[in-house]
Amino acid sequence: MRIGVLALQGDFSEHIAMLRRLQVDVVQVRLPEHLEQLDGLIIPGGESTTIGKLAVDFGLIEPLRQFGAHKAIWGTCAGAIFLSRDARRPQPLLELMDITVERNAFGRQIASFEVDLVVPELQLVDPSAQPYHAVFIRAPLIETVRGEARVLAQLDNGRIVAARQRHLLATSFHPELTDDDRFHRLFLHMASEVRQPRAAPV
Amino acid sequence: MEQQIATFAVKKGLAQMLKGGVIMDVVTPEHARIAEDAGAVAVMALERVPADIRANGGVARMSDPELILKIMDAVSIPVMAKCRIGHFVEAQILEAIGVDYIDESEVLTPADEAHHINKHTFKVPFVCGCRNLGEALRRIGEGAAMIRTKGEAGTGDVVEAVRHARAVLGEIRRLQAMPEEELMTFSKEIGAPYELVLETRSLGRLPVVNFAAGGIATPADAALMMQLGVDGVFVGSGIFKSGDPARRAAAIVKAVTHYRDPYILAEVSRNLGEPMVGRQISSIPEAELIAGRGW
Repeated sequence: MRIGVLALQGDFSEHIAMLRRLQVDVVQVRLPEHLEQLDGLIIPGGESTTIGKLAVDFGLIEPLRQFGAHKAIWGTCAGAIFLSRDARRPQPLLELMDITVERNAFGRQIASFEVDLVVPELQLVDPSAQPYHAVFIRAPLIETVRGEARVLAQLDNGRIVAARQRHLLATSFHPELTDDDRFHRLFLHMASEVRQPRAAPV
Repeated sequence: MEQQIATFAVKKGLAQMLKGGVIMDVVTPEHARIAEDAGAVAVMALERVPADIRANGGVARMSDPELILKIMDAVSIPVMAKCRIGHFVEAQILEAIGVDYIDESEVLTPADEAHHINKHTFKVPFVCGCRNLGEALRRIGEGAAMIRTKGEAGTGDVVEAVRHARAVLGEIRRLQAMPEEELMTFSKEIGAPYELVLETRSLGRLPVVNFAAGGIATPADAALMMQLGVDGVFVGSGIFKSGDPARRAAAIVKAVTHYRDPYILAEVSRNLGEPMVGRQISSIPEAELIAGRGW
C-alpha cells in the first residue's frame, strides 16, 4: 500500500508519522506528478485557504479531482473543507464530496476542544467499540450530507463531524494529533477496497 | 459527553495546523486581507511593524484592541497579537477580545525584567521567542504552546534568525548524543526544566512547534530557515515594507511549501520588486538590539 499526504501546508508530518507506524509506504505530494502510483491520499489539517491557493497555483485541482474520482481520499479539518462541495464562502474546493461545511463553526481558538465520540464505522477495523477521543481545532462542522454521503459521527447536539461517501472520508477533527490509529486503519481499509492491483513483479 | 477546552493538546494543536506556513505582520484590515489572499496561515495584528518600532523609538505596547478586532473581522484565518514580556494584564485583555494566539514578544518594551507570564493560567495559547534551547524550554515550562526563534526583528537581516535556529537545533542534536548521566548537569547549565530536556531528547525536537522569525525578507530567506529545520516562518516588516507586498507575500508562501526545490524557488523569486531596505545587524548599537530581551 502506498499512500500520499498532501504536503502543501499543515500537519502533514503528523499523518506521515502515523502511517509509518502502520508500516505504510508514504509519499509527500506537492506537485501533480507526485500523485502517480498512489493507492490513496490524505489531505491534512492546516489552513484551508492556504492549501486551496497553493493547490491552484501548482496545478493540483484537476489532478486531485481525477484522483478522487476512483481512489480513496481522506480530509481532516482543512482537508474536509477542501473535499467538500460547498464551504459557504468563495475559496478553491475539490467539490468531491456531497457535503456542505461551515468553517470555524465553533468560533475562535479559545473554543477549540476535545471530546469522546461514538463512531460505529470504526468497528470495520476494531471490534472493541471504544469511544473515539477527538481533538477539534478551530474546527469546521459538516452542515449537510447529501446523495451517497452518509454520517459517521455526531456531537451530542446532533451536529455532524465525520462523513463517508464511498471511498471518500471527511473528519472535522484530527486523528493525526492522537495516538489512536483507528481512523488511519479505517482509511487504509477504504483505500484497499478501491485499490487497483499494480503489475506483479516478475 | 463532556467537552474539554483549553487543554495543552488543543493549544499546541493550533500551532501544528500552522506548520509549513507563513505568519505575516499586518497593521490594517487591508493588509490582513492581502496577507490572507496571498496564502498566509495567520496574521499578527499590530499598530506598527518592528522596523517602525525600531525607527520611532519610545515605549512599544500592546496594540489598540479596536484595531485588533477590525483585523479579526477582516479575515477567516487565525489572528495573533502581541503583549509585552511579563505584562499579564495585556494578555488578559487579548484573551478577552478573543485573539487566537498571543505572542509574548521582545519586540515590545518588556514590562517585567525578571519574569515572563505564567501562560498555563490562560485559555488562549501563547507563542514566545527564544535564542537557544534553554530559553525555549523555559518558555514551554511557563506554558508556551509554540516557540519561535527570535532573530532580530525589523532589520531585514536574516543572520540572527540563522544563529538562533542553529543554536536550538544544534543543542538538540548534541542532547541526543549525550549519555543519560550528563542530562541533569546539561539541564542546569542551560537553565531548562529537566523533564522537558528528557522529552526533547526522546522526541529529537522541541515538544511544541518551532517557527523562525526576525529578519526574514525574501523567499530565499524563508526557504533557508525551512531547510535549517524550522516548522514555518513569521515575516514581519519584510512584506509590507517592500515594494510589492502582495507579490512578495505570495512568493514567500510558495517558497515555504517548496523549500527544497531550487527551480521553484528561482521561479518565485523573479520580479518581486524592491525588498525592504534593511539594516545590517553589525551596524546597530548593542543597546538597540531587541533579541536580548527575555530571561
